[in-house]
Amino acid sequence: MVDGTVAGSGGDLAGAQIRRVPPWRRRLAASHDTLRSANPLVLAAAAVALLLVGMALLAPMLAPFNPNQQALLARLRPPVGFERADPRYWLGTDQLGRDLLARCMFGLRLTLALAFFGTLMGVLVGVVLGLAAGLMRGVVDGLLMGLVDVSLSLPFTLVALFVIAVAGTDTGVLICVLGLAYWAHFARLVRAQVLALRALPYMEAARSAGASNWRLAFTHTVPNIVSPILVMATLNFSNLILLESSLSFLGLGVQPPTATLGSMVGQGRDYMASAPWIVAVPAAFIVLVALAVMLLGDFARDQLDVRLRDR
Amino acid sequence: MLEFLAARLIRMALTLWVIVTVVFFATRISGNPVDFLMPEGMDAVSRQVMIAYWGLDQPILQQYWRFWLGLLHGEFGIGLSERRPVAQILGERVWQSVSLLLTTLVVTISIGVPVGVVSAIWRKSAAGTAVLLVAFLGYAIPNFVLAILLILVFSFALHWLPSSGSMTPLHYIMPTIALSAYFVAALIRYTRNAMLDVLSQDYIRTARAKGMSERQVVFRHGLGNALIPVITVLGLQITTLVSGAVVVETVFAWNGMGDLLVSATLVRDYPVLQFGVLSVAIVVILVNILVDLGYAAIDPRVRTGGA
Repeated sequence: MVDGTVAGSGGDLAGAQIRRVPPWRRRLAASHDTLRSANPLVLAAAAVALLLVGMALLAPMLAPFNPNQQALLARLRPPVGFERADPRYWLGTDQLGRDLLARCMFGLRLTLALAFFGTLMGVLVGVVLGLAAGLMRGVVDGLLMGLVDVSLSLPFTLVALFVIAVAGTDTGVLICVLGLAYWAHFARLVRAQVLALRALPYMEAARSAGASNWRLAFTHTVPNIVSPILVMATLNFSNLILLESSLSFLGLGVQPPTATLGSMVGQGRDYMASAPWIVAVPAAFIVLVALAVMLLGDFARDQLDVRLRDR
Repeated sequence: MLEFLAARLIRMALTLWVIVTVVFFATRISGNPVDFLMPEGMDAVSRQVMIAYWGLDQPILQQYWRFWLGLLHGEFGIGLSERRPVAQILGERVWQSVSLLLTTLVVTISIGVPVGVVSAIWRKSAAGTAVLLVAFLGYAIPNFVLAILLILVFSFALHWLPSSGSMTPLHYIMPTIALSAYFVAALIRYTRNAMLDVLSQDYIRTARAKGMSERQVVFRHGLGNALIPVITVLGLQITTLVSGAVVVETVFAWNGMGDLLVSATLVRDYPVLQFGVLSVAIVVILVNILVDLGYAAIDPRVRTGGA
């Protein structure tokens, strides 16, 4: 059985053939089961997410216009299907005659990128500090968990306002701000997982064999806690999309004329009475992408049956 | 209980110390704070005067000490845009924010808990599923998008409600809805899950077996126990609530702290921002402590289990 075909050796197992199933087929079957257990809502979410991510990635190729190109003669055109629409601008134009579809695609690109790197930042910081706290215990643990408590007891928007006021709105700063939102959650999760793993015999053995904390962390711990981290990252990714949108809505995100979905909503507010689509189109993109990612995150959590704290 | 209280208070004091220290040093790492604290284009003489006034020419530890003294005496400087003491500017706005938060809290609890209970009881019916779906939407729609949607419909299309300001009770309706949607959704989910957990316990079966009415089972044994985790979660969400209020206040030009802090950030009105962030953080931490204490008072397991 060890390496595959054991086919009725010696005739003892007359007719009882045990077929070796190639691993790729097993994996395919497993993913097929996963798909079947997904309800139509999740499939729809996956489709929407794929479509939007594709749009964002390929924006420079797909976008019908330059997102910052103004056309003063075609200002405030509604989306196709409404009165006064211009067929060149599918989703209409804004107060400067910029194509809303192009702006949404590029805005989505930027929003997704910021949320992605913000999540990555949070994961990296949280995982490293969580590992350190869980493996080193003692003073380090106390200090780090104190810091986690501080971070969790502060409203994110306040922290963001303060950091942005001090450090400005560079992309790097924004990514750090977004990373600040959830690092503490990751640190807590990882620490809890480390404490659970520590007690297991294999960790004990590795420790007695003289493995360093470094080795314990990256060889023996991280591979075992990847899936809860991934699930939490997916769930936080959708939250970061919303946080990034809120910040740029307030005018504290990426500065104009570069479009993000949130800033499009924020700046379109002045035209809300006469040209509601300027606000409605990017808002719809925000809701769609957040909803899709959120549904996928929930699905991933149910699949991996990970119980997360704080949720 | 005393030990628990003491541990919490020590932790709170440490948290406050960290926050004040970070705020103090953050404003000094990124250049001389006089450039933050004072308007741009100041001549060299007044710059020197201001540096002396704020004590910025003194050793950093002495400045740190003065910073604390200032905080404790309620001296936080002069707002750059309004040219009035910061404490006064913020003081005028506190009530507006607090009243919005309280309204939101009342609405959230009075909708979230009952709907959560009902959806747990009806979990197998279409109505239960529908409630969950609506709750999911509440999760995914950011508050500012919801706020704008409400303004579009109820102010611009129907002309029923005022779109900005904070004068009359009518002004409260849309901000409260925009702010509470997420928390109602969250509370429905938490209450539902907690109810489902509790209702599958043995003592519920015992209660039914001894002939208790279904209503008594659900409300006395079920809800009573399910509310404990719900209260914890509500406590954890206070920071999110304050975060959301900052955004919603801005959308509706609500005359509160959030609106003030956002505009202070946009124009780099440092004194206002600094003290605003500190004071809100302090209040949030105090509320967290109160929630913890309330929780400990309700549930004896917390006191002994060690948080």
